[in-house]
Amino acid sequence: MLIRKPADIRPSEITSRSNYVNRRSFIKAGLAAGGGLIASPGLSAVLPREPRAKLDDIAPSRFSTDETPTSYEDITTYNNFYEFGTGKDDPHRNARDFEPWPWTLDVEGHAEKTGAFHLEDFVKPYALEERIYRMRCVEAWSMVIPWVGFPLADVIKTLQPTSKAKYVAFRTLHDPERMPGQRRRVLDWPYREGLTIAEAMHPLTILAVGVYDEVMPNQNGAPIRLVVPWKYGFKGIKSIVGIRFTERMPGTSWNMSAPHEYGFYANVNPNVDHPRWSQARERRIGSGLFASRQPTLMFNGYAEQVASLYEGLDLVRNY
Amino acid sequence: MTTIQRVRYIGKPLVFAACLVPAFLVVGDLFGITGTLGANPVEELLDRFGNWGLRFMMIVLAVTPLRVLTGLNWIGRFRRMLGLFAAFYVFAHFAVWLVIDQGVYLPGIVEDIVERPFITIGMVALLLLGAMAATSTDAMRRRLGRQWQRLHYGAYAAAILGVWHYWWQVKADILEPAIYAAILTLLLGFRLWKRLTRSSLPTRRSAVPAAQTGS
Repeated sequence: MLIRKPADIRPSEITSRSNYVNRRSFIKAGLAAGGGLIASPGLSAVLPREPRAKLDDIAPSRFSTDETPTSYEDITTYNNFYEFGTGKDDPHRNARDFEPWPWTLDVEGHAEKTGAFHLEDFVKPYALEERIYRMRCVEAWSMVIPWVGFPLADVIKTLQPTSKAKYVAFRTLHDPERMPGQRRRVLDWPYREGLTIAEAMHPLTILAVGVYDEVMPNQNGAPIRLVVPWKYGFKGIKSIVGIRFTERMPGTSWNMSAPHEYGFYANVNPNVDHPRWSQARERRIGSGLFASRQPTLMFNGYAEQVASLYEGLDLVRNY
Repeated sequence: MTTIQRVRYIGKPLVFAACLVPAFLVVGDLFGITGTLGANPVEELLDRFGNWGLRFMMIVLAVTPLRVLTGLNWIGRFRRMLGLFAAFYVFAHFAVWLVIDQGVYLPGIVEDIVERPFITIGMVALLLLGAMAATSTDAMRRRLGRQWQRLHYGAYAAAILGVWHYWWQVKADILEPAIYAAILTLLLGFRLWKRLTRSSLPTRRSAVPAAQTGS
């Protein structure tokens, strides 16, 4: 199948082949530069605790699409977050009184810097960026969401995984008192997700702490969540309390629930249908009742950036 | 006023109006008067009509058990109207899928029907309901004779396929389809139990004179 080049990423934004080939030295240079960034004031991420509080010092990103973002209303009233119920409007109704703070993040596994971190300390070294990404749900609907966050790669560089770290596993808060959806065993709680270390280090992969320049709404995964724009939405694990560097491929919730329907990779792929529905086309939320479905693009339109991660991998078998 | 007259001039218009309420609420929500259809109106329309189709199938299958258990034979007189409303909501569900969701895009429609078993069984249920709705008039009933009853046993098959269709398309939370399945099991189980205990169900034909004498 012919893969159309997405129009919203200019050639100047694409990593050059020489940079890609020399990516290890590029990462090292980034580490050195990162050290400088941490020291400079004004660039550290500060997360206010009040709902809908504004985030400051957000830099634009060359990775943002220029497609029109979906409305704040739609983004925050229509999504899947089974911890707050299985209906699309359950999260915004049931997460209203959720109080994330104080929030602790456990870093475990094959890394130099492990332990429990207060989220305020955890995010402090990183500069916030706006990343306007397409979001494609496995249920064949899509949005354009202006996330605020920072590259997961920056975090991983700080945590210094060892050579044994081949995967990064994530875990959502498990607290049925505060997350009523967990009182029924719809999934094997806690929700778990994972990426290969290469996917986690990819510049498009971010940890998001906000939407539309405001702190992350509870229903969208407050206070911190993963966003991997070339994968189906369920890979974007919400309300993360654990990050673990592992040697083996970690178990992931939907894959454990229905292995024939949801793979570990879960890359957006119009050529590999979900057994019960087609992935060839998608409905863009907010486009109106009579707008037709639009074609789904390979890797959700991010093929130029990420296809190289999967060279030699059979994407039909590794769905 | 006889019972038949009360059913015809009071009961039926009231039930007819009540059965249209879900459809009016959809129209009201569509124009933002009674509420909204939410961020994904196509999905909401499919869910609403599909759910009401299933609910009316459960309601119509509850008519005979209710009539037998209460001995109120006039209840049976609502069966055809309720069955037609089940068909109406299922066809509305189908029309939304065909026209709005698929946009009458033929390759998508054919692929869905052929490759997605949950849609295949939904189509079978739809065809059954269509055949029953088309033959629901007194004239058709007379013309088909014995064949009519055979065809209209399809109501059981359509309800089973409908619940199966719903069960198959949910991702993980099977609570709602499981509730429909439990209700359907009760409704069909009642018939099986009656058949096994050999106390044959009085047909509507014999029920009519009983209702007349009872008025």
